[in-house]
Amino acid sequence: MSAQQNKMSILTNGIIKENPVLRLVLGTCPTLAVTTAAFNGLGMGVAATFVLICSNMVVSALRKVIPDKVRLPAYITIIAAFVTIVQMLVKAYAQDLYSALGVFLPLIVVNCVILGRAEMFASKHNVVESALDGLGMGIGFTLTLLLMSAIREILGAGTLFGMTVIPESIDRISIMTTPPGGFLTFGILMALVVYVETKLGQSKKRAIGCEGCPSSGTCQSKGACN
Amino acid sequence: MMENQLIVTAAPHIVDRSSTQKLMGNVVIALLPSVLASVIIFGIRALLVEAVTVFACVAFEYTYCYLMKKPNPISDLSAVVTGLILAMNLPVSIPLWIAVLGAFVAIIITKQLFGGLGFNLANPALMGRLFLFSSFTGRMTAWVFPQTISGVDALSTATPLVAGQTTALPVLDLLLGVHGGVLGETCSIAIILGFIYLVATKTISPAIPLTYVGTVALLALVFVGPSHVMLHILGGGLLFGAVFMATDYVTSPFTLKGKIVFGIGMGIITWAIRYWGNMAEGVSYAILLMNLFVPYINDLTRQKPLGGAKVK
Amino acid sequence: MAAKLAYIFFSMILVNNYVLVKFLGICPFLGVSKKLNSAFGMSCAVIFVMTLATAVTWPMQQLLNHFDIGYLQTIVFILIIAVLVQLVEVIMKKYMPPLHQALGVYLPLITTNCAVLGVTILNIDNGYTFGESIVCALGAGVGFMLAMVMFSGVRKRLEEAKPPKCFEGLPITLVAAAFTSISFMGFGGIIENIFKIS
Repeated sequence: MSAQQNKMSILTNGIIKENPVLRLVLGTCPTLAVTTAAFNGLGMGVAATFVLICSNMVVSALRKVIPDKVRLPAYITIIAAFVTIVQMLVKAYAQDLYSALGVFLPLIVVNCVILGRAEMFASKHNVVESALDGLGMGIGFTLTLLLMSAIREILGAGTLFGMTVIPESIDRISIMTTPPGGFLTFGILMALVVYVETKLGQSKKRAIGCEGCPSSGTCQSKGACN
Repeated sequence: MMENQLIVTAAPHIVDRSSTQKLMGNVVIALLPSVLASVIIFGIRALLVEAVTVFACVAFEYTYCYLMKKPNPISDLSAVVTGLILAMNLPVSIPLWIAVLGAFVAIIITKQLFGGLGFNLANPALMGRLFLFSSFTGRMTAWVFPQTISGVDALSTATPLVAGQTTALPVLDLLLGVHGGVLGETCSIAIILGFIYLVATKTISPAIPLTYVGTVALLALVFVGPSHVMLHILGGGLLFGAVFMATDYVTSPFTLKGKIVFGIGMGIITWAIRYWGNMAEGVSYAILLMNLFVPYINDLTRQKPLGGAKVK
Repeated sequence: MAAKLAYIFFSMILVNNYVLVKFLGICPFLGVSKKLNSAFGMSCAVIFVMTLATAVTWPMQQLLNHFDIGYLQTIVFILIIAVLVQLVEVIMKKYMPPLHQALGVYLPLITTNCAVLGVTILNIDNGYTFGESIVCALGAGVGFMLAMVMFSGVRKRLEEAKPPKCFEGLPITLVAAAFTSISFMGFGGIIENIFKIS
């Protein structure tokens, strides 16, 4: 039973407790860039989750084999392979998504969430647990992206998944779908999360610094950020 | 940190409420000619827009400070000033809820969220205007036929800057403001009166408005020739922006050299946007960009001026 | 020809600014911009790596296309960048210690940076020639530097701000970034018209 519970907690960890975007502050670039429409946010989330689960599993399977010195390039190669697969799948079956995500689809390969989980979790746990972790983190990432893009799309374009939600007669706040709107939404959302955290007594210091960074194990620049 | 606060700008944020009140009161008085002009030119709805915006600003500030358990600053009149200036940046036909949204962005997001007066990074009314302009471009550029005085209404659906590329408007019309535009920017005489009052009461230094307008005038002279210089000085939001928004204490440099650099920088950027850019008006973006460079301008002009502002 | 190059260069700095408009390189933008020195150092490193990476990946893409394996772009590019950065660091450390002191610290951070991989991929996507790609990379780097330097000044003022508790730290920085981003929205059309490109 406790093994089951343990697996459950690994899964739910990534959704709330260690939500990669809102708590660990990883993957900020796609969070800001692709959340202009709910469809894009969802698409990116699903694509990233797929890569995350697969790469976590492979890294975990090979964890005893990969020499320590070359582990970062090895992880990158594995992740890049899956990203390439996803790119081809999306291009073939979801052209709209492909053009909407643009350069951010291949950029999944440098998404700190994926590289971070490979380094911090998959290399130290077995395949099943790593898969669950990937799934949990992926769900957390996707949900956050969905939330942000829903807010931005509804306020900025009056639609949700392309369906008009706000009557045409009410003006849209178009700035929300532009870059400043992205920063603003992200900032306010994060402040809300911090507020709720403080009320629940679960505060977590957020910094784009060594605590969150996936390269912190190999980083020779400790202290350069902030 | 106190020391830093003293250095950041000259006037009001460390002084007590009554001094800020006096300064802000002077700004309100300086704005009155423009308010009057806006009602004469655009009709009674202008007054409604102004009243609603001011009320919204004050209400937001009061509510925020009440909820955050901070001492209430509304008696320093800065919210009133923000409200008036923001209203002056809106066209008369603006839906009232949009004006209220602008007030929210100006007071809550730009000013109070950072700690209140003295801590804002950019002029609150300016940010409110930019937010609304980016979000509701159509509404913000829906200039309406003003009630004409001199009977000239041929160019009233567009601002003189937009329409006047080919025919320069008669200078008197530009001065009196019988043309399209937002509430506060059309009547140049009202703005000039306000400017004179502010300088006479030592509320602002004339350095920024003079260098700003001067730079634009010079660039206009060089690029489009003397016939259009008055058009560029009096048309668009240049005068209003230069006198009332660029001179905000908190977001402008505090040495004379710094102010001159600030004014020149804004002038260059405004000209670049007006002459080459797609937007008809470059004043707001120019002021914001230079606002963001003020920490560097202050640092560089404290000792020797090397003309430190970054010119793009 | 020169006009097109100048157009690309300046539009990367202003209208298509990598950080404030395209959202590439957010992590260093938020993380390293606190002090002007680090902001400047990081930007120099980014300009350097971006240009170098473009110089190597562009010809590599032609090679990949020649053998019809263009889809390996993602894997090949990121590995090239990772290896290149390692190489540069080693060379710098050995032969140019003062430079390594100044810039070397930031190099590992750049490997997994979206901005560098982003510019190499975008050059190919935009169909630029080799010269245009180099200019684009330079422009992107300079734009990054502009954003970093500007934001560093903004953060200096932010230090004295007193936001509510839940906004302290990253949230209020993001709001400040929103303002900085708005300021870049006024440049539409300027670059095209200065260089007379329609």
